[in-house]
Amino acid sequence: MTLILDGVFVRRRGETWLDDVRLELSNGMTTLVGPMTAGKTTLMRVAAGLSPPDSGRVMVDGKDVTSISVRKRSVAFVYQQFINYPSLTVYENIASPLRLDPGFRRDGIDRRVREVAELMGLAALLGRRPAELSGGQQQRTAIARALARPVDVLLLDEPLANLDFKLREQLRADLKAMFADSSGVVLYATADPNEALTFAAPTVVLGEGRVQHIGDAAEMYARPPTLAVAATLSDPPLNLLPGVVRDGRIECLGAEFPAPRAHPSGRTVTLGVRPHQVRLERGGPGALEWPAEIRLAEVTGSATFLHLLLRDQVHLVAHLPGTRQFTPGGSAVAYVDPAHVLVFDEDGARLPATGAAEVDLHG
Amino acid sequence: MTEVGEEPRADLKRRNNRAWWLVLPVVVSVAFTAVIPLMTVVNFSVQDVFTPSDRIFVGLEWFRSITRDPEVRSAFVRTLLFSAQVLLLEIPLGVALAVCMPRRGVWVSVALVLVALPLLIPWNVVGTIWQIFARGDIGLGGWAVNHVPGVDFNYTLDSTDAWITVLVMDVWHWTPLVALLAYAGLRSIPEPYFQAAQIDAASAWATFRHIQLPRLRGVLTIAILLRFMDSFMIYTEPFVVTGGGPGNATSFLSILLSKIAVGQFDLGPAGAFSLLYFLFVQILCYVFFTVLTRSGR
Amino acid sequence: MADIRLEGVGHSYDGGRTWAVKPMTWTWRGSRAYALLGPSGCGKTTLLNIISGLIIPTVGRVFFDDRDVTGVPTAGRNIAQVFQFPVLYEEMSVYDNLAFPLRNRKYPAKEVDQRVRQVARLLSLEEHLGRRSRRLDAGRQQIVSLGRGLVRSQVAAVLLDEPLTVVDPALKWTLRSKLKEIHRDTGHTLVYVTHDQTEALTFADEVVVVNDGAIVQAGEPAELFLSPAHEFVGHFIGSPGMNMLPAEIVAGVVRIGPSEVGLAAADGVHAGRSDVEAADGLPAGPVRIGVRPEFVVIGGPRRSPGVAATVTGTDRMGAYDLVHTLVGEHPVLVKTEAGALHEPGSAAFLHFPAERTFLFRDQVRCGSLAPLDGRSTA
Repeated sequence: MTLILDGVFVRRRGETWLDDVRLELSNGMTTLVGPMTAGKTTLMRVAAGLSPPDSGRVMVDGKDVTSISVRKRSVAFVYQQFINYPSLTVYENIASPLRLDPGFRRDGIDRRVREVAELMGLAALLGRRPAELSGGQQQRTAIARALARPVDVLLLDEPLANLDFKLREQLRADLKAMFADSSGVVLYATADPNEALTFAAPTVVLGEGRVQHIGDAAEMYARPPTLAVAATLSDPPLNLLPGVVRDGRIECLGAEFPAPRAHPSGRTVTLGVRPHQVRLERGGPGALEWPAEIRLAEVTGSATFLHLLLRDQVHLVAHLPGTRQFTPGGSAVAYVDPAHVLVFDEDGARLPATGAAEVDLHG
Repeated sequence: MTEVGEEPRADLKRRNNRAWWLVLPVVVSVAFTAVIPLMTVVNFSVQDVFTPSDRIFVGLEWFRSITRDPEVRSAFVRTLLFSAQVLLLEIPLGVALAVCMPRRGVWVSVALVLVALPLLIPWNVVGTIWQIFARGDIGLGGWAVNHVPGVDFNYTLDSTDAWITVLVMDVWHWTPLVALLAYAGLRSIPEPYFQAAQIDAASAWATFRHIQLPRLRGVLTIAILLRFMDSFMIYTEPFVVTGGGPGNATSFLSILLSKIAVGQFDLGPAGAFSLLYFLFVQILCYVFFTVLTRSGR
Repeated sequence: MADIRLEGVGHSYDGGRTWAVKPMTWTWRGSRAYALLGPSGCGKTTLLNIISGLIIPTVGRVFFDDRDVTGVPTAGRNIAQVFQFPVLYEEMSVYDNLAFPLRNRKYPAKEVDQRVRQVARLLSLEEHLGRRSRRLDAGRQQIVSLGRGLVRSQVAAVLLDEPLTVVDPALKWTLRSKLKEIHRDTGHTLVYVTHDQTEALTFADEVVVVNDGAIVQAGEPAELFLSPAHEFVGHFIGSPGMNMLPAEIVAGVVRIGPSEVGLAAADGVHAGRSDVEAADGLPAGPVRIGVRPEFVVIGGPRRSPGVAATVTGTDRMGAYDLVHTLVGEHPVLVKTEAGALHEPGSAAFLHFPAERTFLFRDQVRCGSLAPLDGRSTA
């Protein structure tokens, strides 16, 4: 099974919502990650056939389905809101798509409903109506309904976004296991980078209506090709610092280090530093060091988020392990190993490290 | 989730067109009930009809004479004035009524039934009720006005009294519709909006002005359109109560039209009259709708 | 800033059959930033609405300092509240939205302007002040709602009901630290309702964990994280939550199956002490071990006390790895540095550090683990 979006454009009210989206998805799960206004929902709706693209084609298994109504396609869609039939029991909710499918006989339906309910942990709740369920159970019912009938294309649009943090954590793990050996195309949209990283599925980064990059989430995290990808996959957010190239070295707020690659002098670059790469102890020779003012410390128990101000203007957040006490207004020195600094040029493309010195940016 | 609610493009040629067959019965029945009669009227409006077999094509003659007819003109102004007064009274009154209705509890259904009561009465019965109610001798309302404040009130003789009677009757009959629409609009406002207003120490007026009124825009657009169309074409009630009198005081366009068409059997002028009437209502509704929906953006 | 005192306050929506908030006595101290953390339906929003006066509690009294405000309506309590979804006066500009609560309270025009601009600067809304609020995207609308909550200088408390739900993940971090800074600068009493433990822990001076209408534990974030008093707190705080494993105390030694993992030390006795008497406080029998994924040590020397496990997989989370293991049939998660190599199916050895491992009975903490070598040296 394959799903192909070929040069899809969507324009609404003078704005371009999808800009030449080209995607080729095959069996199993793909994660679609991007910020809230990236166009994820629009892309999902086009892929489902709920709204037609202004131009471009949607193909399932090599067949152009762009003009085929969603009713005739083998598609299931799970929304962020928990959408179930309020007057039907959980059992009937899950059974409803099967009853419309002539391929299912009565006993087949019953078996399938119980199978899916078991999988989603709903077996004990089959007799209840949606109003009698918690939010997590309601969303699990909605997902079960989408899963019940084997479909070519299953689309999930931020299905966990409205759930409690802890439920999200749990369902995330459940879903990963469930989609592991899916026979159809599963496209899962999320704004939460942690979901993309947990699923460890092929990941599409979407930003401003364009496909920014496609690849393995952990790999993209470690070696982001562009600033947009790095920012989308970072939680807590990436620290951004201004830099200038001078004679093969990059200067940034008084610190400097060798430029990763021959880059013309005088060009400005943006440095991306992940919060957990910032240290308060000098790690080794050549570490970048910035004297800083302590603005704020957030102590969570497992870690301390220290908000620093460099040269009275640039914010830098350090994610330090363990609990540590700091006095706001005091001063500290922030150290960063240049090997862990992501350097982006003016267009947002990352400059790879010099030669073979591409270090593993994990950890 | 930001891009929900987009409208599907009308890209019909690439889509399944079979649903159009389902529309066919409607098209056929509308053709018989609306299009064909309308065409007959168009036909009449450009001819001088003596007998059904004996008629002369007169071009736009009737349109010219109708637009110049002083009786039609004064009826037009009268009807417009009536509609304006109806809107000015019923919309604020309806909204006020809706705001005063309880939001929850057992009194909701009681209030709804009480308010909706006038809507359940047939038009001509409303007319009859008010014809009697407003009479100075045996009607409770008319008698009360004559005796309690001691005003001389007689709608069969005094044209102002007749006008007021018809207006009050319409307000009594149709304000509930506005109220029900507005009430439905008010009910759809989520509770946190009212809580936020309390926290911001907003007065009752400010709450109404900044929370309730902006969110009533949609239903009020519908209410204004409905009430305008209906009041501009009012016929039954004044026909029953005053018959257009005294003199021409309550002779609205529709009453005049039926007099020309049915009373005098002037089919040509009546046809032209109907068409102009129809066009005017259409245009004004379009203007209302555009203005009201545009201003909301 | 006033202390807000709840005395025997409880609320029932069905005339006392079930309690949404069970009667409780609790004081919110002035000028502190609180997080009210719990799952949805635990009563945290009800509790918030009792403070703001949107709900009159079924039982109990509410005091702002010494003033009984139980029957005082919201407008008379001088409270600011921000809701989960943007609540705006849609036809007003952003500026007018921010000014609205001040104008209603008859602030002088000059002060209104000054405060509005100050809040707009704090929340980076300056360039949007002239725009009609309904034209903003949902995230920015919520920032305006937040601004309306923060614009008043004299408030008894600012109550925030899951205010960052509709905001982009990256912006959440920024806004939260901004809120914390604003709190430090203004000294408002803040109560922040959330189901998100990261939000609660990073934001609050003190986290109040609520479950099923009652306060389970309250304390500084680090205290709740490092020393949970209840299984629920262990589970609900931390991401992922605490690992819970069934074990048994036999003659003062905690065992998982045949493996000895440490001595059982009753609460109240310092867990780190090599003190044999410590074990006397805990009777033998089943117990549950709780240890956070951050503190489980994987691959330590096999001689030390610990337990054998099987690796089932690894989530590479970028900044760290999450190793999934099974001890018997019970999953144990281990948070390790990124890049660690643990093949699925391979055997691993887990060690539970004494000072970070706790013992629970009937969900409530009864003790902690003490080093096993304490016995051998004794």
